[in-house]
Amino acid sequence: MKIGIIKEIHPGEKRVAATPDVIEKFKKLGFIVAVECAAGEAAGIPDTEYKAIGCELVDNPKMLWESSDIILKVRAPEMHPTLRVHEVALMKEGQTLVSFIWPGQNSDLMKKMAEAKINVFAMDSVPRISRAQKLDALSSMANIAGYRAIIEAAHHFGRFFTGQITAAGKVPPAKVLVIGAGVAGLSAIATANGLGAVVRGFDTRPEVKEQVLSMGAEFLELNFAEEGSGTGGYAKQMSEAFVKAEMELFAKQALEVDIIITTALIPGRPAPLLVTADMVKSMKSGSVIVDMAAEQGGNCELTEAGQVVVKHGVTLIGYTDLPSRLARQSSQLYANNLWRLLEELCPEKNGVINIDMNDEVIRGTVVVKNGEITWPPPAPTLTMAPAKTTDKMPAATVAAAKPKKRTSPFLILLIAAIMLFVVGQFAPATFVSQLTVFVLACFVGYMVVWNVTASLHTPLMSVTNAISGIIALGALLQISSSNYVVQILAGIAILISTINIVGGFVVTHRMLKMFTK
Amino acid sequence: MSAGLLTTCYLGAGILFILSLGGLSHPETSRRGNYYGVIGMAIAIIITVFSLKTHSYVTVLPAMLVGGIIGTFVANRVKMTAMPELVAILHSFVGLAAVLVGFNNFLEPIANLAGAEKIIHDIEVYLGIFIGAITFSGSIVAFGKLSEKISGKPLLLPARHWLNLTIDISIIIIGYWFITTEDFQTGLIALSIMTGLALIFGVHMVMAIGGADMPVVVSMLNSYSGWAAAATGFMLSNNLLIITGALVGSSGAILSYIMCRAMNRNFLSVIAGGFGTTSVSSQIQIHGEVTPISASDTADMIKDSQSVIIVPGYGMAVSHAQHIINEIANILRKRGVNMRFAIHPVAGRMPGHMNVLLAEAKVPYDIVFEMDEINKDFADTDVVIVIGANDIVNPAALEDPCSPIAGMPVLEVWRAKNVIVSKRSMATGYAGIDNPLFYKENTHMLFGDAKTRMDEILAGLSTQS
Repeated sequence: MKIGIIKEIHPGEKRVAATPDVIEKFKKLGFIVAVECAAGEAAGIPDTEYKAIGCELVDNPKMLWESSDIILKVRAPEMHPTLRVHEVALMKEGQTLVSFIWPGQNSDLMKKMAEAKINVFAMDSVPRISRAQKLDALSSMANIAGYRAIIEAAHHFGRFFTGQITAAGKVPPAKVLVIGAGVAGLSAIATANGLGAVVRGFDTRPEVKEQVLSMGAEFLELNFAEEGSGTGGYAKQMSEAFVKAEMELFAKQALEVDIIITTALIPGRPAPLLVTADMVKSMKSGSVIVDMAAEQGGNCELTEAGQVVVKHGVTLIGYTDLPSRLARQSSQLYANNLWRLLEELCPEKNGVINIDMNDEVIRGTVVVKNGEITWPPPAPTLTMAPAKTTDKMPAATVAAAKPKKRTSPFLILLIAAIMLFVVGQFAPATFVSQLTVFVLACFVGYMVVWNVTASLHTPLMSVTNAISGIIALGALLQISSSNYVVQILAGIAILISTINIVGGFVVTHRMLKMFTK
Repeated sequence: MSAGLLTTCYLGAGILFILSLGGLSHPETSRRGNYYGVIGMAIAIIITVFSLKTHSYVTVLPAMLVGGIIGTFVANRVKMTAMPELVAILHSFVGLAAVLVGFNNFLEPIANLAGAEKIIHDIEVYLGIFIGAITFSGSIVAFGKLSEKISGKPLLLPARHWLNLTIDISIIIIGYWFITTEDFQTGLIALSIMTGLALIFGVHMVMAIGGADMPVVVSMLNSYSGWAAAATGFMLSNNLLIITGALVGSSGAILSYIMCRAMNRNFLSVIAGGFGTTSVSSQIQIHGEVTPISASDTADMIKDSQSVIIVPGYGMAVSHAQHIINEIANILRKRGVNMRFAIHPVAGRMPGHMNVLLAEAKVPYDIVFEMDEINKDFADTDVVIVIGANDIVNPAALEDPCSPIAGMPVLEVWRAKNVIVSKRSMATGYAGIDNPLFYKENTHMLFGDAKTRMDEILAGLSTQS
């Protein structure tokens, strides 16, 4: 099948759906790839690079839309500025489109695509299960956005991030607060930490604390018990009292920190308001706020979507196209996400896609199929294994869990006492004294050997091997016999047990010599 | 030579042996421990030789000289990977010596005994030879299995438990016959028949045990060789033999116990044999697919990581990859990577096998960790490289209650961010069960001979540095 890589038409969009290195991987799956002229230009990929790997370059976008079986894009289809026709109108029945769609916000577009009877994969609707991580474009874009947010902040912030003591004076480290520790938030934390800032992280979901700490930030906590985890790994709307406590915390932090990054989003709702105008006013002049939720209304009261504005001496960055500002990187990661999707769709590697609606990942990603809107998909089942095992385990675990019948230590002692009594009463004195030696030696051996470190178990075996060659003593005591048979047998016993003694000690020495620090 | 001096020397030797085992509690003191053992042995042998009649030297000295030369030669030539074989064959020598000494003792009793003393002495002789014979033939088979002269698969005769039981009962009956008879000829015949049966019993017992259970078998035979020496001590009324035998016997018994615990298996079920052949089908379907990775990609991956743990298994021993692995570890350590090794108690074919191989490659022992020490750290690790191990990293042991290895403690490598499994093929381990680890999202399979692949990774690391 033929894949078409379309040049993005959205104003300011610099990304491209596929980079040359990933196109090579498409080809390995059996697809033919055609690229619109200048598709990668904004991302810094000239047409020559596509040509070099044997892609067909198409000058006329209309032709490419019509001739491709699968269209790969970044942004959702919209009105084409030069062709003056909606991109969906360029498609015909049976074609497949893969791009960001945001079906929740774009119901008109969804209807249009259903009418066109095309198949649509929404890269923003990939189910959040571990198997689908590799095609989760939201995560890969969020990662880039988080990184870029810090870079933008650093650009507008008038000071170093890292603290320095120089001949020209002391510089305190920048203090960064990251609100919302999703993929973007964590990425921002890691980037800020890498630049040397003092980083604090906050999230309503307590389970991300460990992740925040692992990225090298401090985790701010409220003295307030409310679980903020919603389904599918997102946060949910919090209670009023919680929000109040949260706002108090932010107000306090605003006085201290230099940079605030907000990434708080709740699915299907406008972004929660976290940083009020008063808080902005209270911040030190020269501070920076990056509002990564600007497109959904913003976490900060004063941000303007898509703009950088300075209010009350604080720079407010409301860019909505952070991934596009790192176009080459985001194009490559997005392309890899697409490749993973194609891999799922084309397991035979024969260049033909098979939309298997029984596959959870594919089912979630498909939003329009054969003229039918299939969004939203049924709720994702996060884990299937544990539930299954509980049903089936009874037979095995019951058997295992059954407490073993153990003889009580008292009974063992009693038996031992009786046996000792019998032995003491009837056995000859020499045997009893030997038995004493034997039992004591067993206990000594028991105590000593438990202390042997596990790494020396092999030397332990070889050294015990050597000392069990002590059996040569028995043979030595017999060799003086006048009986030739006894002499010969004893001689053989001496020979082999000497092999044991010498061989055992030498090999132990060899091994122990190797154990060095 | 007075009897008192002989006894005190034996006492000294016994104490030195105990110190010798005590020294093994830490690698730093272990060499001193070995010297204690050598001194103790020298004292015991020399003092005994001096107490002999001089005409015996004609036999004793050449025998010891030849034995010493053979021992030194073998011990210096043996490869560290072949250590289990050497240990097994040395066990068989102890067993054989115990049999020979036992027969001698029967042929020429020390003193005229009567009544209870005679019965006890007869039992001692009988038991000594019995244990010695089992140790001898069992160790020979173990040697054959370890050196792959005999198939490592368990040999399962039909009705094998009945066969064992029959042999046991016959040995008890013959024992009764041996003790009650006054006639020398009858006694000798009884003893010989029993020896033959014990030899068969030893062969059959080890033949029925699978390759993965070898660490248990080797340590069990270690224990038997000790008990054989102790039994010999009883029959000769020699306290040093009793002490040494008891030390060795309990040491081997503890090792067997540790090995069984590490596999979450009952000692008796290991001895009864046949592990991994009764196919208990797993209830859990394995999802996902295998992701292969190339050596150069692996090099890239570990180059960028902060912490790496290497988990060696028997496959590393087979391909002799330990030296290359050490070089990789060295390069990573120089780069400041937190580089460690994790060792499962039953990795390899005998207790501590992997430690010895890593030590041979000069891996410092303070970066080699045991399962319990390191299991919690996997979650914070970037890359885990599993080399030639399978069952000891199988998540089914914890997740699948129906798995044949359910409940066995395993190295929880899958908690790491990335797992690379170096393996020749997708074949199952000794337990004969599939490993869900290979199908996990974060697992990459590096197929091919471990040594070749590690060479390539090393090359990849060196060129990029």
